[in-house]
Amino acid sequence: MSLEPQIAVTPVHSPSSGRKWGRGVSAVFGFAATVFLTFLGLLAITFFIGRVIPIDPVLAVVGDRASNEVYEAARVAMGLDQPLPVQFFHYVVNVFSGDLGQSVSTGRAVVDDLSRFFPATLEMATIGIIIGVALGVPLGVIAASRQGSVIDQIIRVVGLLGYSMPAFWLGLVGLALFYARLRWVGGPGRLDIFYDGLVSPVTGLLLVDSLLAGEPEIFWNAVTHLVLPASVLGFFSLAYIARMTRSFMLDQLSQEFVTTARVKGVPERVVIWRHAFNPIRVPLITVIGLSYAGLLEGSVMIETVFSWPGIGNYLTTALLNADMNAVLGSTLVIGAVFIFINKVSDVLYRVLDPRAR
Amino acid sequence: MSTRDWLLEDSPTSRWQANAGRAYRVFTAMLRNPLSVVGGVIILVLILTAILAPWIAPYSATGQDLANRLAPPSEAHWMGTDELGRDIFSRVIWGSQITLTIVGLVALISAPLGLLVGAIAGYFGGWTDRVLMGFTDIFLSMPKLILALAFVAALGPGINNAIIAIAITSWPAYARIARAETLTIRNAEFIQAVQLQGASPLRVIVQHVLPLCTSSMIIRVTLDMAGVILTAAGLGFIGLGAQPPLPEWGAMISRGRTFILDQWWVATMPGFAIIIVSLGFCFLGDGLRDVLDPKSEGK
Repeated sequence: MSLEPQIAVTPVHSPSSGRKWGRGVSAVFGFAATVFLTFLGLLAITFFIGRVIPIDPVLAVVGDRASNEVYEAARVAMGLDQPLPVQFFHYVVNVFSGDLGQSVSTGRAVVDDLSRFFPATLEMATIGIIIGVALGVPLGVIAASRQGSVIDQIIRVVGLLGYSMPAFWLGLVGLALFYARLRWVGGPGRLDIFYDGLVSPVTGLLLVDSLLAGEPEIFWNAVTHLVLPASVLGFFSLAYIARMTRSFMLDQLSQEFVTTARVKGVPERVVIWRHAFNPIRVPLITVIGLSYAGLLEGSVMIETVFSWPGIGNYLTTALLNADMNAVLGSTLVIGAVFIFINKVSDVLYRVLDPRAR
Repeated sequence: MSTRDWLLEDSPTSRWQANAGRAYRVFTAMLRNPLSVVGGVIILVLILTAILAPWIAPYSATGQDLANRLAPPSEAHWMGTDELGRDIFSRVIWGSQITLTIVGLVALISAPLGLLVGAIAGYFGGWTDRVLMGFTDIFLSMPKLILALAFVAALGPGINNAIIAIAITSWPAYARIARAETLTIRNAEFIQAVQLQGASPLRVIVQHVLPLCTSSMIIRVTLDMAGVILTAAGLGFIGLGAQPPLPEWGAMISRGRTFILDQWWVATMPGFAIIIVSLGFCFLGDGLRDVLDPKSEGK
């Protein structure tokens, strides 16, 4: 898995028109417009994948033994007799009114499935990003402040491994080592079987639900199951965050005001954490946002490995069953969250960084 | 005059000599950076392994030996055997051909596509630019792996469709680079000179703009190869890429998943191959960037 900076941080367009009518209004308007357009683009792509590529979507529904009348009826019922733009319009309207169609394999509406599976993914990705930030930022800062030291070399290696190691492979190796050999962590799934279904879902986040229900035992069981997949995800965001932090810090540490501070006798700790670290907080937010979005994507692989009942697992199961409604629905939801986080970190960057305004 | 003097000649007499001299300078600069040497050697070994697979591999990639299934690594089977008794080491070697094919075809499809889109957008500007770049940005802000998964789901599983899907999702980054480069040279005097001579836009773009974008493109493509390998392996792992019995590394890991708790080597060994090759491309890309584009170092 690579958390390649999928940087959509578009080069700051000269806001000449923005100055005229006040930055706030135009920023919000511009943000809404780009998010909407990008989302429409995503819809166009899923529409294209779902309606245009398959040789005959009707056959997929009625089967190839259907009579001509049945076939025609299904074609009309699916709206496929209409021109493509009209079909696309209906598709967009359906999606915005929360209708993603039925899943063939579960027999339920895709929207219901997704809302049931999403919290599991969210829980794992969130713990993953917390691990990534809590370790990645300090490691990156230390690596930059002791350039060339052992820890700097380690960070470089970790950073490169983060770009070149398959996430599903690391998950499998982790399972073999920490679950099968050492018995330190729980196995696949979110809970041991005998705890399953004991906690009624309130938020869908097991860590929260078990505490709400006053079941510390289940809470700890959930923790042992969560810790390995979240750490694997965390490793990849750690690699990316540490790399970027290091590079931002090196930029700052070579600035003249840092030298001035040092010459004035400011303690090194203050120079690093106040003078050099403060200015990079803004770009770091963007990096963390991108990394978080990347984790949602990376969780697809990890969930498959850990039989984690989240959106990723739902997506891969649907893929193998050729359940296109479920595939496109999950693609749409993951894509939408991804785009949203992407754009929000982009906007935050512009709002928080005085130079980018 | 020795070959070296001819290569380093300050006033080359032919275009061929100038190009060869530049390639030689890049090559010697790369040799000074140990990591890029390591990367280059890894990629070279990968290419040689792929070409020489029939002679290097001790066993066939598909030959089954059920009496000897799931054997741990030993002298006869360096990486052990899988659930059908096939030698994993031989399969990893044969798999290099598949990896190289995927990487090569993705680069051949997506880089020229991105170059063309970016160069056209940058050269014409205005509405062409806005439309093309809007399209590019939409693709850029989408999760690559998920998009590739959805494409393969619609196209049907298989290695060709996996290549197409990965190529479709990776051109936008190249379009952005090509556009940025084109913008910087669009108003250069030599471009105006060619335009005044009556060259068509197509000719200007293909003959004069694109060649100048290639060096940054080569860097980016090399750096992206690790990601391409991982995506391809991921598709194979899920069962949408190369189909069994093809010895694709991701698909091999997927088969070994069932045995991960007891026979760890089945899933683990192909993973090392993926990591080493991806690292090789990372090192090589880093080295190329340091030599060809020193300004962006460390980013």
